[in-house]
Amino acid sequence: MNKVVNNVEEALTGIQDGMTLMLGGFGLCGIPENSIAQLVKMGVKDLTCISNNAGVDDFGLGLLLQQRQIKKMISSYVGENAEFERQMLSGELEVDLIPQGSLAERCRAGGAGIPAFFTPAGFGTEVAEGKEVRIFNGKPHILETALTADFAIVKAWKGDTEGNLVFKGTARNFNPMMAMAGKITIAEVEELVPAGELDPNFIHTPGIFIQRIFKGEKFEKRIEQRTVRQRN
Amino acid sequence: MALDKNGIAKRIAQELKDGWYVNLGIGIPTLVANYIPEGIEVEFQSENGILGMGPFPFEGKEDPDLINAGKQTITARKGAVYFDSATSFAMIRGQHVQLTVLGAMEVSQDGDIANWKIPGKMVKGMGGAMDLVASADNIIVAMMHANKAGESKILKKCTLPLTGVGCVKKIVSDLAVLEVKDGKFHLIERAPGVSVEEIVSLTEGDLVVPDFVPEMDI
Repeated sequence: MNKVVNNVEEALTGIQDGMTLMLGGFGLCGIPENSIAQLVKMGVKDLTCISNNAGVDDFGLGLLLQQRQIKKMISSYVGENAEFERQMLSGELEVDLIPQGSLAERCRAGGAGIPAFFTPAGFGTEVAEGKEVRIFNGKPHILETALTADFAIVKAWKGDTEGNLVFKGTARNFNPMMAMAGKITIAEVEELVPAGELDPNFIHTPGIFIQRIFKGEKFEKRIEQRTVRQRN
Repeated sequence: MALDKNGIAKRIAQELKDGWYVNLGIGIPTLVANYIPEGIEVEFQSENGILGMGPFPFEGKEDPDLINAGKQTITARKGAVYFDSATSFAMIRGQHVQLTVLGAMEVSQDGDIANWKIPGKMVKGMGGAMDLVASADNIIVAMMHANKAGESKILKKCTLPLTGVGCVKKIVSDLAVLEVKDGKFHLIERAPGVSVEEIVSLTEGDLVVPDFVPEMDI
């Protein structure tokens, strides 16, 4: 089944004000940067964005925050974004902070038809407030529910016309689970190849989870913390 | 003299055992990788999705698709593997990682830890810390004993929002090695040249002090 769309404009068709979006990436690594730029252009607002981080002030989801397009963020760590912290502390932005592993599992569960699960993470903290607690193997666990989205937007290294995806390095992160949890999942890829070019043994995300795939026009791939060691 | 950050990391590295998978948090814990004892092989897991994390890259070799949980550019060792976030936390929650080292703003004598939020001031988020502390059997906290104003961060009860309850077993601070058990801190070692009295005065929580407290061997 051919999932290819011509460009980012076509890929993001149908995204409207008030929708819930999932966006892959950890920090600035593995984020769908072409799609984020297009969301800024489209000017859609009142979005609920599920993403581990919120980018930095002038890149990634930070661009959408600057334009006040996001009503609510569901994330685990927002430390690198001053505008995010400001909007959150002033109450302009609704924020649901959840443990990173619970976030990953909630997305996976959403895509896998598991409505909820018990996890030890967050027991005894404010994360557990209002959540059912049960003891398993002598240890308390809290009930976490699955997450899904109107659109999931993921970024892969290579993809084929069937929507099969291969990720590179630690740019994989949340992308595979979010790909599963979108009612419509859009994949932007660095390289788009004909079906049959990718070895089926080494595909990370099967194309069944992808509805639209396109080749991103350019990838800046900004590095957040450039850290090097000295040559002796 | 109180230890600096590298001193704390060096002391924690002595806790490493051959064959362990280890998760290092952001800050001082990251430095532990620089002091792996000779003859010991450990693999570092970073929760954003790598096992077999190597040192920082040489200049010009940075790969934007290869970072650690602190968003720093890294390298991968031979035999390394990349995986998604759900798999990563399966390793953590499923207790396949033998040691977690992380920083803290406060620790209580019941083993509670607070390290993610100062209400109204600083909200960075918990990242993977809540999953890590709720799951790991073996957690070492790397921290300063007191804040810059000289107030103890090693307390009867945490004052900040908690990251996890009853999970910290050991603390390596700039002044001491403490064990946390039976609702009390136990003084195990002191930093070279640091007196027991100084440690006692900067520990707000209940502290059990044995007759003899050896100096750290670092």
